[in-house]
Amino acid sequence: MPKTKGRFSFFVFTTTMVFFYAPLIVLIAYSFNNSKTMHWEGFSLRWYYELFLHSRDLWKAFGNSVIIALTSSILSTILGTLGAIGIYWYNFRFKKYVQITSFLPLILPEIIIGVSLLIFFAAIGLQLGLLTIFIAHVTFNVPYVLLIVSARLDEFDHSIIEAAYDLGAREIDALLRVIVPVSMPGIIAGFLVSVTLSLEDFVITFFVAGPGSSTLPLHIYSMIRFGVSPVINALSVILIAGSIILAFSTKGIYKYIFQK
Amino acid sequence: MRKNYGPAYAMPVALWISVFFVVPISIIFLYSFLEKGLYGGVVWNFSLDAYRALSNSTFLKVALITIVLSIAATIITLLLALPTAYFIARSAYKNFLLFLVIIPFWTNFLIRIYAWIAILGNNGFLNNFLISTGITHTYTQFLYNPFAVVIVLVYTYLPFALLPLYSTIEKFDFSLIEAARDLGATKSQSIFRVLLPNIKTGITTAILFTFIPAFGQYAVPQLVGGRNSFMLGNIIARELTITRNWPLSSSISMVLTLITTIGVLLFLRLNRSAGMNIKNEKKK
Repeated sequence: MPKTKGRFSFFVFTTTMVFFYAPLIVLIAYSFNNSKTMHWEGFSLRWYYELFLHSRDLWKAFGNSVIIALTSSILSTILGTLGAIGIYWYNFRFKKYVQITSFLPLILPEIIIGVSLLIFFAAIGLQLGLLTIFIAHVTFNVPYVLLIVSARLDEFDHSIIEAAYDLGAREIDALLRVIVPVSMPGIIAGFLVSVTLSLEDFVITFFVAGPGSSTLPLHIYSMIRFGVSPVINALSVILIAGSIILAFSTKGIYKYIFQK
Repeated sequence: MRKNYGPAYAMPVALWISVFFVVPISIIFLYSFLEKGLYGGVVWNFSLDAYRALSNSTFLKVALITIVLSIAATIITLLLALPTAYFIARSAYKNFLLFLVIIPFWTNFLIRIYAWIAILGNNGFLNNFLISTGITHTYTQFLYNPFAVVIVLVYTYLPFALLPLYSTIEKFDFSLIEAARDLGATKSQSIFRVLLPNIKTGITTAILFTFIPAFGQYAVPQLVGGRNSFMLGNIIARELTITRNWPLSSSISMVLTLITTIGVLLFLRLNRSAGMNIKNEKKK
């Protein structure tokens, strides 16, 4: 191999990392700034006090986000897993229909799903609020779970299921004692992806949220619109730290998912 | 014969997707052919007004801007992501470097946009720096233009492009490149004719993961764009919530849906047939 190997890719890699981290480092540094502006006036923790002690709306929105992420992920994991099993093991009349309609939400821009759901809720007269956000989140999460669990079903040795049936297992036994346990890594991955997507979603939630049903991304959006706020800097640091901790703590889970 | 439990398993998801995806999409399809109501909503008379409005020059300009900005963002993203993914896949510390990519990937989407507002905004870091060092004397407007939109789009979707590229490059058998070099291929030939065709799936996925969300973008141009960088997503939202012309909002949504779907299908097909050509060439 020539010695120049990787010089160009190293240069681009460094550029990418600077591009990734420079903005985050500025955010972190200025969260400790004593001034309300981006002009450095000395070290202070006042924005963290503000964030933790005087931001009730923000924490309420955060609570909503967590509730919606957990409930919508549980339902979408159940719907998606059952769907994946049905599509994988059986042939039936509306199989193609399920495959196509559950693939479309993955490729359509988020705004289309948001707008169509808003118009739909208006048409059936459903008041916008936490319920409509929940419905929207299940709708955009189900296709991901279906995809991830199907990928898992594709991988393992199918003879064990045949064996279970041959040995006289009822459908419910085969499902709960064989199919679900072996697809567990896919089911967990689908659930984790759902939680992440749900916590993260802004656009679709923006359209289907009503007054008083803010989620964390919606709350951040309303703060950003008024320009630079040091409280968001402090919040960013907490969120970035949170994702690093999560990345470390779920490493074990991901290892389990990929090794199985 | 075992009983066919397929319908029972698939029925819940089929119902959910039908009610909350197929029906809503059908409603906006229907609404796009109706007359607009006075205060939002629709009047049930057939009309092509909402589609006629699409030929007006303001709309065409926005459509053009949307295409140009999302293509620019996709190209820049790919140019950064390919060498970066290659470097990570070839590195001895790939797990750590991958971790460095995952942190911005997991950082909230709006926080990532906000980071750039904090830097490029009129009261932002860069302006404060330039003024305090005496390089400039008044605020420079870095935001609210097409460049700001492209930078933030690249920043937002780069991790999404990097991960699929990394996973295909990581699986690539690098002895193929050595073989090509031994057989007399130049360095660039070995990259363009051996590496790139073999990681085609990763490249396709990266392009789709960047282009689709960029093309249907709402938040980024809303927050860092200006008059000259509004995209179709912003027009859809404006017609829906401010102007309250629901048929027009629906017809633009239909156009966006159609372009995206056709684009994705064409792209997947092209990619598939190109992949087959390579295989055929190999056989020869």
